[in-house]
Parts: sequence; structure tokens; C-alpha cells
Amino acid sequence: MVDYEILSKRMLAKDVVELKVFAPLVARHCLAGQFVIVRTDIDGERVPFTICDFSREEGSVSLLIQTVGYTTDRLKDMSVGERLEDVVGPLGKPTELSEFKNICLVAGGIGIAVIYPQLKQLSFEGKRADVVVGARTKDLLIYSDEVKALANEATFVTDDGSNGKRGLVTDALSETLDKKQYDCVFAVGPLRMMQAVVRLASSRGIRTIVSMNSLMVDGTGMCGCCRVKVAGKVKYACIDGPEFDGSEIDFDEAIKRSKTYLEHEKNCRLKRYER
Amino acid sequence: MPTLPPDARVKNFDEVALGYDDRLAFLEAERCLNCKNPPCVRGCPVGVNIPAFIRAIKEGDPVRAGKLVRLENSLATVCSRVCPQEVQCEALCVRRERLGGSVAIGNLERYASDSLAAYEKRKGEIDLKKSDVAKGISVAVVGSGPASLACACELLSSGASVTMFEALHSFGGVLRYGIPSFRLPKNLVDDQFEIAKKMGLKTVKNAVVGKSIFISELLEEFSAVFIGTGAGLPSFLGVEGENLAGVYSANEYLTRINLMHANEIGSVTPVLRGKKVVVVGAGNVAMDSARTALRMGAEVHLAYRRSRAEMPARAEEIAHAEEEGVQFHLLVNPVKILGEENVKGVRLQRMQLSEPDESGRRRPVPIEGSEFDMECDELIVALGTSPNPIIKSSCEIEVTKRGTIVADEMGRTSMKSVYAGGDATTGAATVILAMGAGKRAAKAIIFDIKQAKEEL
Repeated sequence: MVDYEILSKRMLAKDVVELKVFAPLVARHCLAGQFVIVRTDIDGERVPFTICDFSREEGSVSLLIQTVGYTTDRLKDMSVGERLEDVVGPLGKPTELSEFKNICLVAGGIGIAVIYPQLKQLSFEGKRADVVVGARTKDLLIYSDEVKALANEATFVTDDGSNGKRGLVTDALSETLDKKQYDCVFAVGPLRMMQAVVRLASSRGIRTIVSMNSLMVDGTGMCGCCRVKVAGKVKYACIDGPEFDGSEIDFDEAIKRSKTYLEHEKNCRLKRYER
Repeated sequence: MPTLPPDARVKNFDEVALGYDDRLAFLEAERCLNCKNPPCVRGCPVGVNIPAFIRAIKEGDPVRAGKLVRLENSLATVCSRVCPQEVQCEALCVRRERLGGSVAIGNLERYASDSLAAYEKRKGEIDLKKSDVAKGISVAVVGSGPASLACACELLSSGASVTMFEALHSFGGVLRYGIPSFRLPKNLVDDQFEIAKKMGLKTVKNAVVGKSIFISELLEEFSAVFIGTGAGLPSFLGVEGENLAGVYSANEYLTRINLMHANEIGSVTPVLRGKKVVVVGAGNVAMDSARTALRMGAEVHLAYRRSRAEMPARAEEIAHAEEEGVQFHLLVNPVKILGEENVKGVRLQRMQLSEPDESGRRRPVPIEGSEFDMECDELIVALGTSPNPIIKSSCEIEVTKRGTIVADEMGRTSMKSVYAGGDATTGAATVILAMGAGKRAAKAIIFDIKQAKEEL
């Protein structure tokens, strides 16, 4: 096997693909919560993806990719046996949940890629967390069987009611929080969703941790592109995070920063379709 | 030194300084007095025998001159372009004060090393002296910038085997992602790695030491480890508005362009193309950022809190920036970055200079009530960098309060068989100082291992 070869590929939804990639230098030490940076081609951009599963024996890592732009489109179109140009990691700090007893993991959409390895890690430590997963529609509820198998209690909601209850993830979380005492709510998903979860859980005095999906270039603390304001201080998602205390994050600022290259992304994607 | 005309060069990323032709080189070499006890050599951090190589130029043998330079400096094509010669070798030249100014040693070094490189390319072989004093020694070098590269080359030429671990997908460190090609063409960096590979260098890309692989693991596999991870962590201003879209660290801006080629049409990696860009700072990195922004089509303003005399950039870079149309605003300091979503401007406060501070430069003091706003749609912060924290957080190596790795003159750290040098130990400094440190550490590695064997 050669470095960064695609070992397997599963289409999990119309716009979501799971790729297993041979990357022994990543697989040897990676832990839940960490990520890789990928380049598809020699002239490709560097894009971060959460490591959603790994096998040390096989030297492989699995990535969950939702097609939102040029590189994610390209990844979806790559086949088993092809190789990515670069995969570097594990980057970021691993998840640290050992101090908590009753944990509720909350995922919005593709955020499940972060929740799943944590569930695995927790079950390895003999813990079971409750999980609330929300998605736009039922096709985007990914890994639901895997999550059900590892979670204490799993709740699924969709915006359109096509699977599970109809509603937003925060509605379902609110009900879950009514039923049980938690000492930690861990949320990952779109920025607006994380912000709403943090508001909800904080109002009940529960500690929140969120995983930030900032824009990045190098991913090793060199450029500062991924900076986030945490408790009034500049932190780098790539080396200080990606996980931070949700109540300390300046979400409004993070949302503004996330929009920096929207125009470029659109143009790049258009160009790819024109080809 | 002849240069491309300013109005032509701001339209592309071609090298600005064109280098000497044979005649200019000869005329400049003729100015060297060939001092018996040459002060210039004392000003060179790696001790290049300057009068000797200049004499070879005078004798019409630039290839031999290049070889004489390479004896002490394996990165001469790079150093001759980026060294601050005016505060090193050329500062001590006896001609400096009275005899028409210092000999242009840097320009002559470039002529000599370029001539050698061209000759070897033509011939298709490289005359590399290799001893076997370090045979059997294997060393892991962490990072691929000037300190690591110099350390690797020194070790390889002594017969050691060297494996280089780089976190990025491309080798060269700051030479690759930091210094723009109009100042340091990237084929020169490629050439350096070609030479090192011919000497036997093994490379591993995408390897973040401290994350992908730990120092302890490297020590199991190698006789010694050299850490040359530089000072890559950018500093910010700490003022309101700093995280608005359109505010870059110089590292990010330059990396997007130099490493990721975001300046090229059709590049997937994005970079903003502001109409009016403000660069904060006045070091080499600030000049590089400002001149890059000009080439991206912007009107560029540079804001610096001290006066021209304190600007830390190389004299040539300041001159080039000004010729190309960068507008300097001196004795001003940003106190707030303005805008809602995107940066719209910057509030600057006027400063005056008081007594010198610990750096020896006069300390800037704000003038109350002197704030004024300057419009801009992009702002680049070039205020220096500090060492990357990844390695120190993954092992027990001793670091200073500033985060630099503690190492002695020869690069020995608090960990046995682990050496360090360059910006990782000094904080942001120059290519040549990093190179010197890498070379010394290579010598220490060989010495220490041999010593240990003898004691057995």
C-alpha cells in the first residue's frame, strides 16, 4: 500500500461520503477529537477533516466528507485505489471528557463525525453517553446504527420530520435536559447550532464543550487563520483546540470569519462543474 | 546591483535584484583591499573566507569563488540574497567609512554561488567533498528550514545518514512559505534540496513531530535528533477588531501565496485581493507582505510605530518597497481595527520616541488624542513570531518563558541526544544565524557521539 491510498469508499447520503485512507503516520497516535489536513492534488488546497475512525493495525483513518465546495466535490469523485496527495496529522488536541460523569453529546449534520469516535472512546472507558442528533432530512442522519449501538440513549430529529421527531436539535436537547442531570454537553455542528446549544445548556448551568470547524491553512499554529476569540483571548483552533469551553467562545465573530471566502468557494465549485 | 524597473516588477513575482554580470563583479571585486586580518570575516556568522573568494573573482574564476564560499556556507545562493549584510560582513569592511563605502560582499557572494550552481547544472555533477568521520551515525532532523538544512548538509558531508521530518507538504520552511519569490526564487530552494538528496538526505513530509511521531520514538531509531522548527507562531496586536474577515497575519498571507500559490489564476486556495492594504510592522516580513500586496494589485500603506532609523528590515528591502510604491506611515500605532463583518479601516495613534528600551531602540510613546482613521479593506499584521509550541508540549524539553528551547552554544538541549538551533532557540532571527546554529549542532552531534564511543 502507498501513503494516502483510498482503501474504501461508502456513499452514506447523496452529499456525504466516507473515505478510508492509508495514512500510517496519522493512525499510529491519533485519538478522538483530532483531525487531519488533506490535499487531493499537487495544486490542491489544504482542507481539515475530523478523524471519524481509525485502525492502528491497518494504518488507516476514516474521514466523513460532506460536499460543500471544490475539494469536497473532488474527494467524492475519487475512487478506491486512487491516492490523495497529502494527509497530515493527527492535528489538534484530543477530546478530554474524563472529568465528566453524565455526558450528552449533540451533533448537527456531519458533526456526527466528531461524536462517533468519542462514543467509541467513551465506551472503551466503560462509559455510555446520551446522544442527540439532528439533521435537515433523514438521508443526512448518518451512522445512526453505529450511534445507537454505543449510546446509552440516542435521540434523532430531522428538520422536516422525515425521520425521528420533527424539529431542531435544540428542541430535542431541551427535552433531554429536562429528563436527566448532565455535567457536560458536548456539541458539534454548524456554528449557529453550536451557539444555540451553548445558550440552552449554559442557561441550565451545564458545562459545554464545542468543536470549532475554523478555516485553516497549515493546521500547525503557523498562520493564525483559525483563530477564535475564547474568553476574550485569541486562541488557535488548530493547536489550542479544536475543542473549547462553549460559553467562552465569541460565536458572532467566528460566524463572520467563516464567511471570508464564500464567494471564492462558489466560483471554484462552478469552475469544477464547467470542466 | 541592477534591478528590474519598479513599474515592471510590481506586475509579477520575478526576482527583483538581477545580479552582477562578469564585468560588474570584477569591478566590485577589484575594490576589495584583501586585508591581512580581514574584519569582514568576523562579521560573518558562519566565517566565510571573504577575501579569498573575492580574490578568485578578481582572478576571473567565479566557480572557484563559489566553491570557496560553499566550504563554510552550503546555502550561499540563499544567504547572499537574504542576509542583512549591512549589519554583518559589510558593516566591518574597512572601506565603509572613508573609501567609497563597503565592498558589496553580499552581491559578490551571490555572483560566486550562482556561477557555481550554473556551472554544476551545466556539467550535471556536483563536486561535493564527503568525509566518513561520521559514518554509522544516523540523525533525525526536525523541520526543513535553514537551521535543519544546514545541520543536515553538514552531517551528510561528514558521512552521517540523515532523515528530515517536515510538517508541511513541501520542504524549505520559511524559505518556502515565508520569503516571496521576487526576493528568493523558489528554484533556488529546490536546488538546495536536490543537492542534499544527492548527498543522501532522506525526507519525510506531512510528519508533525510531537503529533504524528514523538521525539522519544525518534531517539529509539536515530543516534541523535536535531530540532530546527523555527519560530512560526504569529503574534497579533491584541486590539479590537483584529479577528474581522480581511485581517491576516503576515504568515497566513505569505503562506497562502508562497506555499499555496493563491496568487495564480485558478488557484483553489483563496486569498483576498484588497484594493487598499495596510501592513503593520517594518521588519523583512512586513516588507515582504507589503510588496506582495502590491503585486496582488493593491495600494499599500505600511504603518510602523517607530521612525525610519529603527526599521528592522534589510536596507535593500526598505529601498525596494519604497521604490515600488509602498507608502510609509511612521510613528503610528494601530489601536483599533474598524469594520462590521469585513475590515473597513484602522484607527492609528501617533507616537513619539523616548528613551531607548532593552532592545536598544528608542521606545515609542503614544501621543494622547492624536488618533486618526485610515480606510482599508485588508490589513496584514507583521509583528514577529514566537516558537511553535507543539514539540515542547509533547516532551520534557526545557524551554524559556518566551517558549524558546534552551540550548547551549553548540545546540545541546536539556534532553540527552537532542539538539536544537535556529529560531526555535533564539526566537525570530535571520537565515544565516539559523544556519550557523545548525552547522554547530551537527559538529556537536558528531563530537558527542564519538566521545561517548571512546568512553565505552
